[in-house]
Amino acid sequence: MKAVSVEEAVAMIPAGASVMVGGFMGVGTPERLLDEVVRQRKTGLSLICNDAATPGKGVGKLFDAALVSRLTATHIGLNPKAQQQMLANQIAVDLVPQGTFVERIRAGGCGLGGVLTPTGVGTLVAEGKRQIEVDGKPFLLETALRAQYALVHAFLADYLGNLAYALTSRNFNPVMAMAADTVIVTADNIVPVGVIAPDHVVTPAPLVDFLITNG
Amino acid sequence: MDAQTIIARRVAKELRNGDLVNLGIGIPTLVANYVPSDLKVFFQSENGLIGTGPIPEQGMAHPTLTDAGGRPISALPGASTFDSAMSFGLIRGGHVDVTVLGGLQIDAHGHLANWMIPGKMVPGMGGAMDLVSGAKRVIVAMQHAAKGKSKIVAKCTLPLTSARPVSLVVTDMAVIGFPDGKATLLETAPGVSIGEVMAVTEAELTVPDSVPEMKI
Repeated sequence: MKAVSVEEAVAMIPAGASVMVGGFMGVGTPERLLDEVVRQRKTGLSLICNDAATPGKGVGKLFDAALVSRLTATHIGLNPKAQQQMLANQIAVDLVPQGTFVERIRAGGCGLGGVLTPTGVGTLVAEGKRQIEVDGKPFLLETALRAQYALVHAFLADYLGNLAYALTSRNFNPVMAMAADTVIVTADNIVPVGVIAPDHVVTPAPLVDFLITNG
Repeated sequence: MDAQTIIARRVAKELRNGDLVNLGIGIPTLVANYVPSDLKVFFQSENGLIGTGPIPEQGMAHPTLTDAGGRPISALPGASTFDSAMSFGLIRGGHVDVTVLGGLQIDAHGHLANWMIPGKMVPGMGGAMDLVSGAKRVIVAMQHAAKGKSKIVAKCTLPLTSARPVSLVVTDMAVIGFPDGKATLLETAPGVSIGEVMAVTEAELTVPDSVPEMKI
């Protein structure tokens, strides 16, 4: 793990990159990284995030600045700007059931080619996908999902990069921290090694490539 | 009693001691208000919490303690938090005893459509498809009709949420179940006749010899 400034970290991300962003309706989202992505105008992003948050909050800022060209998400109903951009064909949107979304990312981070899920069988979601029977029950083959970058937010990070999360801000962060080539983390608190007890580390330090310095 | 209160009160009667319950947005959220205080029910919020409590008092909200809509909530003693893979493992894996969801249409066999209106409303399915596919019991809480048009239809014209039928539908007029895959009138709301229910139900409805009134 290397500690870097938010400007240095975002400068590494090229325009058009695929980026996973943690958070659920803007809760548990690395806001400082997103502010800097907007400031450096990283256009044409392929965004993988549970939702589109709301205008002005979380990944909502990326839609305010029209930086997204592709979106993989489960729900964008609370961001009218994302909806408008989808209906105007400015962004290509792939809507995925939430349990499938997280399992595809988990598979991507765990070396699996995909998962078999009953969710979506017999619905629009099944279109174009392989259906596989296991013990007589139908499942959809959902393929793994990875990104070039994961932008993750934690409650605690120690000097080595071990991470712990707070309450409902954990959500997709630990799963995404497994599923990207480069993992960049912001934390509310950066603390000495040992403050997070081994049993309480959720994301082990070797998964973190860059930790954004505080202050 | 207004329509939403009738529905929420009746759905609350379906919950059992120790149940793990996931409530959708809208009318389903109101169900929590009518759970008897002597019943220990665990409510899950799919953004990663079991043991959701009421909206916190003024000034006591925390930005990392929210419901699936991003609104502040509280956590009850004994609550637990987890990531989204665990949350949907609980849902899809059959660990959630009851989910209560809103509906746009239910067909005569219990198939639910509740996530999109093509060309008009395409918000995404969020967790709805996983909940209907995986929860042990799926209860739909919705108004019986919208603008005079039955929401209980012969065949859904809107895209289905799941191929798996729901367990029970509770409306402001009736409780409908699906024994043998056929929509069956189980109860009527107070002051509502069987004839009135039939008049606003498009789907073919089996009516048993005895149809009790909802006890709410």
